[in-house]
Order: sequence, then C-alpha cells, then structure tokens
Amino acid sequence: MTVIKTKVDRRSFLKTSALAGGGLMIGFNWACSPSAEVKDPASAWFDINAYLTIADNGEVTIMSPNPEIGQNVKTSMPMLVAEELDVDWKDVIVKQAPLDNAFPRQVAGGSQSIRSSWKSMRMAGATARRLMIETAAKEWAVDVNSLTTKGGYVLNGNKKLSYGELASKAVGIEIPEEVTLKEPKDFTIIGKSQKNVDLDEIITGKPVFGIDYKQEGMQYAVVLRPPAFGAKLKSFDDTEARKVNGVTDVIQFGDKVAVLGNNTWAAMKGKKALVADWDMSGRLEDTPYHDSEMNKLLNKRAERPSRSDGDALKAMASADKVFEKTYEAPFLPHNTMEPMNFFADVTGDKVKLVGPIQTPAGTRGQIARLLEKSPDDITLEMTRMGGGFGRRLYGDFALEAAEISQKANKAVQVVFSREDDMTAGTYRPASKYKFRAAIKDGKLTGYHLSGAGIGRNNWVRPDWFPAGGIENYLIESSYVDSNITTGAWRAPITNFLAVAEQCFFDELAAEMGQDAVQLRLDILERAKNNPVGEIDYEPEKMIGVIKLAAEKGNWGKAESGVSKGFSAYYSHNTYVAEVADVIMKDGNPIVKNVTVAVDCGIVVNPDAAINQIQGGVVDGMGHALYGDFSFINGTPQASNFNNYRLIRTKEAPTVDVHFVESLNDPTGLGEPSLPPAGGALANAMAKATGNRLYKIPFVKDQMVFG
Amino acid sequence: MATYQLTINGKQQTVEADADTPMLWVLRDHLDLKGTKFGCGIAQCGACTIHMDGNAVRSCSIPVSAVSNAEITTIEGLSKKADHVLQKAWVEHDVPQCGYCQAGQIMNAAALLQRNSSPSMDEIETAMNGNLCRCGTYNKIKAAISSAASNL
Repeated sequence: MTVIKTKVDRRSFLKTSALAGGGLMIGFNWACSPSAEVKDPASAWFDINAYLTIADNGEVTIMSPNPEIGQNVKTSMPMLVAEELDVDWKDVIVKQAPLDNAFPRQVAGGSQSIRSSWKSMRMAGATARRLMIETAAKEWAVDVNSLTTKGGYVLNGNKKLSYGELASKAVGIEIPEEVTLKEPKDFTIIGKSQKNVDLDEIITGKPVFGIDYKQEGMQYAVVLRPPAFGAKLKSFDDTEARKVNGVTDVIQFGDKVAVLGNNTWAAMKGKKALVADWDMSGRLEDTPYHDSEMNKLLNKRAERPSRSDGDALKAMASADKVFEKTYEAPFLPHNTMEPMNFFADVTGDKVKLVGPIQTPAGTRGQIARLLEKSPDDITLEMTRMGGGFGRRLYGDFALEAAEISQKANKAVQVVFSREDDMTAGTYRPASKYKFRAAIKDGKLTGYHLSGAGIGRNNWVRPDWFPAGGIENYLIESSYVDSNITTGAWRAPITNFLAVAEQCFFDELAAEMGQDAVQLRLDILERAKNNPVGEIDYEPEKMIGVIKLAAEKGNWGKAESGVSKGFSAYYSHNTYVAEVADVIMKDGNPIVKNVTVAVDCGIVVNPDAAINQIQGGVVDGMGHALYGDFSFINGTPQASNFNNYRLIRTKEAPTVDVHFVESLNDPTGLGEPSLPPAGGALANAMAKATGNRLYKIPFVKDQMVFG
Repeated sequence: MATYQLTINGKQQTVEADADTPMLWVLRDHLDLKGTKFGCGIAQCGACTIHMDGNAVRSCSIPVSAVSNAEITTIEGLSKKADHVLQKAWVEHDVPQCGYCQAGQIMNAAALLQRNSSPSMDEIETAMNGNLCRCGTYNKIKAAISSAASNL
C-alpha cells in the first residue's frame, strides 16, 4: 500500500470553492515525495497547484499541466488523476492548464513528464476521492472506513451518492493527513488504452495548434534573418516590400527585418521583396572545418577523462589486437511539421503570448528580461504543438514575436516559412566517436571511447553501458567552439552516440568471433554481479530487454533472405532493445520490420505507448538513413523538403512492440526507442550488403532505400 | 487584388485576394478554415492537401486564380459529423501523435479510397508517399486506411 502525506502544512493544502452553476472546484497545493528509487531530480519535494473541478452532473474537468508536443501527456497525465479519483474516463474533460508558477515542471523534454508526475498526479486524484468519501460519511453519518467508491460514486452498502451530488457539499470538509493510493492490480484506467483527448479536434481540422491562433486585427510577421551564421545586416531597402498588397509595416530589429502583413502570404511576399546587404566579414564556418577540428580532437587526449577505470591505455599497449573504428554524424534540423511560430501582443505594461513552446516558464522569463517587464505581467497560453523534438525548448521565435509587437505596437504572429525553419535552427550538433577495444587471449580487456562534437562538451554517457562491465575503461569528451546555434534534438547526444556504440559492439563481436547479443550479455553480467566502479543504469533491466528482443525477433534463427541487426540502449530511464530485419530487393536493402522490447515500468496508456515507440524507431532510422545537413561559409546547404530528405511511408518499417511486464513506477517513452534504432538498422544492412556504415547519412542523395 | 467566387465545402464564398495567393492562405487567413496546414509551401509534404473536384491537390501550390468553378473540399467539409469512414478509422486506431499532418493524410487517403475502394498495401504506400509524418505514425496511418477500406 502506498500512503502519501498530503501536506506538511495542512492549512494551505486544499482549497475548495463552489462553482457558480453548482459543483466544486478543488485547488491543490501540496508537497509530495516521489519514489526513493528516483535519483533525479535529487531533492524532489514537489509543490504543485493543480485544478480539478467536479460538476453537479458528475463531469470531472482535469487541467493537464504540461505542454503537448505529440508525446500524448495531455491524455496520459490526466489518466493518473482520474484513476485515483475513481471516475469513469468517459466523464472526464481535459483542458490544457495555463502557465502557472505553482506547477513544478511545465516542460516537455527529457521524457520526464510521466515519471516526474506519477505520484503527484495520482495524489491529486486520491485526495479528491477522499474528499468525496468524507463528505458522504457526513451526509450518511457513518464511519468513512465503511465507504468505498466506484465510477464516480461513493458506495454505502446498497446506497450510493454521485460525486456530482456531493460536490457542492464538500466545500470546507477537512481531509486527513494521509491518503492511500491504489495498488496497480486495482487500476481500471491506467494500463488500458485511452484515446488521445484531442483526437476529434485533430481529425476535423479544429484550430488547436499555435499557427492556427488568431486575434482580431493581428498582423502576420515574416522575418528576414542573416543568410549565414556569422553574417550581420549592413543595410536594407524596403521600397518594393512596402508596395506588396497587404504589407502594413517593415521593422528592423538587430540583424533582422520583419515584414508585417494582414495575411501570411502578403508578409511572405514582402519579405522576398526586401533587398538586404550583408556583412560577411565575420567568422563563417563550414563542414570541412568542423570535420578537421573534430578529427584533431579524436586523436589527442582530452584535458580530463570523463571516466577512467583501471588502465585502458596499458591494456591497449599489452593487447594482442587493438580494434578501432570511428563513426560520424552531421548536424540535423528538427523539422517539426508545424513551422516555428508565436503570437505576441505587447500593450502598455501587459504582454499576452500564445503559441507552441516546450519551455513556457523559461520563455516567459526571457521575454520579461527582453522587454524589461515583470513575469507577472506576462500571460502565456500553451497551444498544442505540431511536433517539438527539442526545437521548441528554445524560445527565439517567441522573443522575436514579443520584440516585433513592442516595436510595431501591434499584435503579431511570427510565422517561419519552411526555409526559415530549416536555416535558422538550433541544430543537433555534428559529432564523431572513436572507439578502441583491447583484445587479449580472445577476451575484451580494455575499452576507450573518445567523443568530439560541435558547440558543447557533453558527448559521452560515461556511467551507462558498458560501464561496470569492462576492467580497463576510459571515456573522453571534447568539443569545437562554434557560432552555429545548436541544442537538444530528440534524445540529445544519445541519438548518435547509441548508433555509433551499438555498431561498434556488433563489429567487435564479429572480430572476436562472438555472437553480438552474447557479447553484450557477458559485459552486463559482469556489470551486474561485480561492477567495476559505480554505474548509473540497471544491468538486470538491460539484460531483460535484450533477451526479450532476441526471443521475439528470432535472433540467431536463420530466416531465408532476412539479415538481422541487433541494438540495445538505455536512456531517459527506459531500457530498449531492437532487432531490425533487412531484406534485399532488386539489389537494394529494405528494412521490413523492427522488433522492439521495452522496459518502461508500468505502461500507462498502451496504444499511445506503442505509437511513441514506433515513431521513435521510424524517426531514428529515417535520420540515420537520410539526415544530411552541412554548412558552407556559415550557410546551411538544405532549406526545404526538396533538398532535405525525411523518411516517407514506403521506407518506414513495420514496428512490432513488446513490453517487459513490470510493476515499477513508469518512465518516459518520448525518446528512448530512437537511440538504438540506427544501430540495429546499420548492423542489419552490414549483414545484408557486406558493407559496414560509418557515416550518417547512410544513404546519399535520392538513392533507393525501401 | 481581385474578387473570386469560390465553392468551398458546398458553400459559396467571396474572397478578395491577389491572383497569386495560394489556396492554402485563402483558406487559412481569408476564410478562417485553419484545418488545412502549412508545412513546406512547395508541395513536398502534403500537410496542405485539399480536394479540388474530388482530386487531392496541394493547396500551397494552387493559386486562387486557378480554382475558378472547381468544388473545393477541406478537412472541415469532409463529413458533417466527423463520421467519414477514414475519420472513424483514425479514431479506432488512435493514429495521431502531434496531429499536425493528419488532416492532409486523411484528405489524401480519402481521394485514394474515392478512386480505389480496395487498395493493396503497395497502392496505399504509393498513394500516401507524398505525405510526410515527422512523428512517424506511418504504421498506424496504413492500418487505419486498410481498415477504412474494409469498412466501405
């Protein structure tokens, strides 16, 4: 039984108020400790203000706190509340909560929404349920322990009272210091597939996305930005732009020029008609420069190792053979299907912001600093997002909207064209990994990984697999400074680190004459039973998904014409293993199917979970195959889908998902199936074609794949 | 600027716009029909797919002046009660992730089923290859189209 304290200071714990039309609104404000097993966040006492209303007809409205980018938290987080409240899911209405300082983490990122809210959202529901029971006990003058609940009713033998009937009587009722959460075996909503709460709006074309937002009289703003990273605006001529029908204003801010129009097309045409002169004398980087700088770093020692167990260099020196391979990946744009956009209306002291943003609180803070206003004078409404993938962690487009609105003294919506979106990105930075393995007497005696990439120095995950499983182990990371904006891209760092690592282990197993799965299992057994140093993953869980994927994916069993590739990776607290099946057709490799095993603890919403996992695999394989993005003189060399290839339906494999049965608290699914996908694919392609792949994109130009 | 008489979702509409204005922006900005989505502007992603006399077209690349008397259908006009066989299949399979490309996917699939009521998987893939889904919901999209076809 999980018992949770409701609040240290009970006076401020719960505020109930009557709704005008009958019914009850409950405002929670509580502290709640998440599971002790959770290592991060470390000092985890949440202080949450959530809102729940129960109408007199029994309808329950749950405010969903976090931004929705397609990871489906707008459905799955309210499911946690509804489960403990003990109502029918069909009686639940979900609304997007506003940005509110009382919520602890209104962020979409790191696959953390469900993991970090597992106890707190359930507690909201359990507390409200207890309030209904206390109210009913008073009505019937019976002991609370004689009462139960089901489907939105409090039950007392043959008698029952609906939550709707009780709601208006619950104002001022006290609840005890402790409430009890359900045991997983008693769940009726969690673990059962529930449909996306915005499904009807999406399939009928309702205006739910940021770009759909409209306020009477607002102007559309399309922005001319420097054509290259490192370029500056010298001067511009807007004579022709101002002649375009519908163009209402042209505004310079910094090195950018915004064209305002009374429709998007007018603003886009106006921007094209601008004539700008750019100062290109600054530092303009290109891909060959990045390549040579990263190669230099891979061939020298980092200032300080990220981790060193034993003596890997000595192991290399005394090895029978040192097996070495280098893997490389380019920058990547995010390419959310909904291009960047944001609405801002700066009037006097007040600022109204509406749009798609993964970090609403941080962005509001930045805008407050930019406009020299108090965050309290800024409202921010989160819309549904047409994809995030990390791009909408960065609020540059929202800051642009705020600055333009202030300068123009008008409400504006900034809209990026696809070209703007792809060429003014915060890219996944390019990176390279050099792996070395020492082999002596047929055994793996040493491991040395050097990672190097652009813009920041966090290229390795030193305490994850294979840490703890290899006696002599050296991990290093170094970076190349750059003026190209880079940032998080779905499964940051690991989106390529995992591909490289899992390709290397495949090749290493072949070199050692071992089975690729068995080599991983041998390392994990060591890490589990007698780890070398501290590790930050659970080998047992990794072994579990590896064995499940191998079984379901028929690893080691010959299938005529099918080449299989294996990969396993732990990230974002979730364990994933994948088997890719590649066949040859007319001389070309085709990935037909991917078998995936996942350990994410309790699966909250199974169909939606499968959707995330399938999407991550398709995304990971698509970008490994086709992701091709380079710079010449600071200028991105791809700008739209005619010269940048994304995976399409013909090329996408079927994805067969299997979950490890678990009663552990749930972890996230927005990212973890992506990192292992490229490695499974490359390993299967190597078997099918005889060619090892070391550089992304695996497929150049319009070559056929799939 | 010119005045255009358009037939959209069975309704007569009058629009004042420049001749080169793509139907995408006429629908979204002039007529407030926001269901048709902007993705690339060059007919490469399919997010803006609408029907013109029953054929799936990319509204970002059809200027308003080229529409004349054609019957335009958008996602808002595909059915009256969200009960088109594809919309029902989309619910059954809970297809969307972010949802942004889905209107274009449904409109393209609807035109496919109009001309081929029992498409093979190959035919579905060929017809749908012009519609990008960045979230990678292709498995579910194909399953939904297959089950919609079987319910025709």
